[in-house]
Amino acid sequence: MNLLSKIVIPLFVVLVIMYGFRKKINVYESFLAGAKEGLYITFNIFPAVIAMVFAINIFLDSNFIYFFLNSFRNFFNFLNIPLEIMPMALLRPVSGTASLAIMNDIFIKHGPDSYLGRLASILQGCTDTTIYVLALYFSSIGIKKIRYSLGVGLFADFVGITVAFLLTMFLF
Amino acid sequence: MVNIIWIFLILVGIFFSLITGNIDTINNSILTNGKEGLDLIISILPIIVLWSGIMKIAEDSGLLKRFAQLVQPLLSRLFPDVPKENPALGYIASNIAANMMGLGSAATPFGLKAMKELQKINPDKETASTPMITFLVLNTAGVTIVPTTVLALRIAHHSANPSEIIIPGIIATFCSSLGGLLLDYFIRRRKK
Repeated sequence: MNLLSKIVIPLFVVLVIMYGFRKKINVYESFLAGAKEGLYITFNIFPAVIAMVFAINIFLDSNFIYFFLNSFRNFFNFLNIPLEIMPMALLRPVSGTASLAIMNDIFIKHGPDSYLGRLASILQGCTDTTIYVLALYFSSIGIKKIRYSLGVGLFADFVGITVAFLLTMFLF
Repeated sequence: MVNIIWIFLILVGIFFSLITGNIDTINNSILTNGKEGLDLIISILPIIVLWSGIMKIAEDSGLLKRFAQLVQPLLSRLFPDVPKENPALGYIASNIAANMMGLGSAATPFGLKAMKELQKINPDKETASTPMITFLVLNTAGVTIVPTTVLALRIAHHSANPSEIIIPGIIATFCSSLGGLLLDYFIRRRKK
């Protein structure tokens, strides 16, 4: 599993570059053009990241979430779910930057190789900003009744989160 | 939506700290916050730039299109109500391929075009059609092969093995897509 994880990226890079070479495109120029786009992307999300780190840090440092979730503590302990991950699981469907900021906070406090750190990493990768995407896509074509889409989308996220928990518990 | 959450996080955080006498912590937090945000951006910047470059090669060389062609046959099964020659299926395939490769910004335009095409064959323009819902389930549960920002942050925080989360991540995403599609399938069957 570990070796497989390590080999994904090198293989992918080889595939992309070989394919580009065979199709006779200017691989280097393409790379530069893409890198420039990447710079713009980062530049564009910069204000949102600052805003979210600001809000998330205030919220997490106030310890409100632990006060709020304390009554469920036994339940979470029973399931072996650390309380610290709950803010991330709750905010992930709405805002990618917010959950990124929480993940950053977890890495600072517990390290990326802790149980929490790994769990947060898998969680960030395996679920999407479901509520945000639904709002964007439906409003772009003027849909008002979204029927069961939100339910199914959140259910899919829930399955992803559950599997992420199980995998972190048993794989590492 | 994000607006309300942002306001909620800040106000609840500050008021709760005032009530519990945590003023020092919150004061420090506000003052040092900006630096933490900057550090976060700086740590994800190199990988996003680098990976965008690699993915641009995949786009320019037609590899992304090849990927889309590979998933397309599967799609006509998932979308029985969409005619096979409808351009929506092509856009959906490109959207999924771009998402798989972690090209979020390239995926969105394809996704919006797919919704537009699906809207053309939607009898009730204000209500989501079943193919739209199936597409959005696929989209939001979508598989990402290389989660670039996560990797970048893990590297920045000196993980001993930053990429160890890739395969577990793929498994978790796959399960979440499958779960979503199955539920969607059963709801569609029951409604018929």
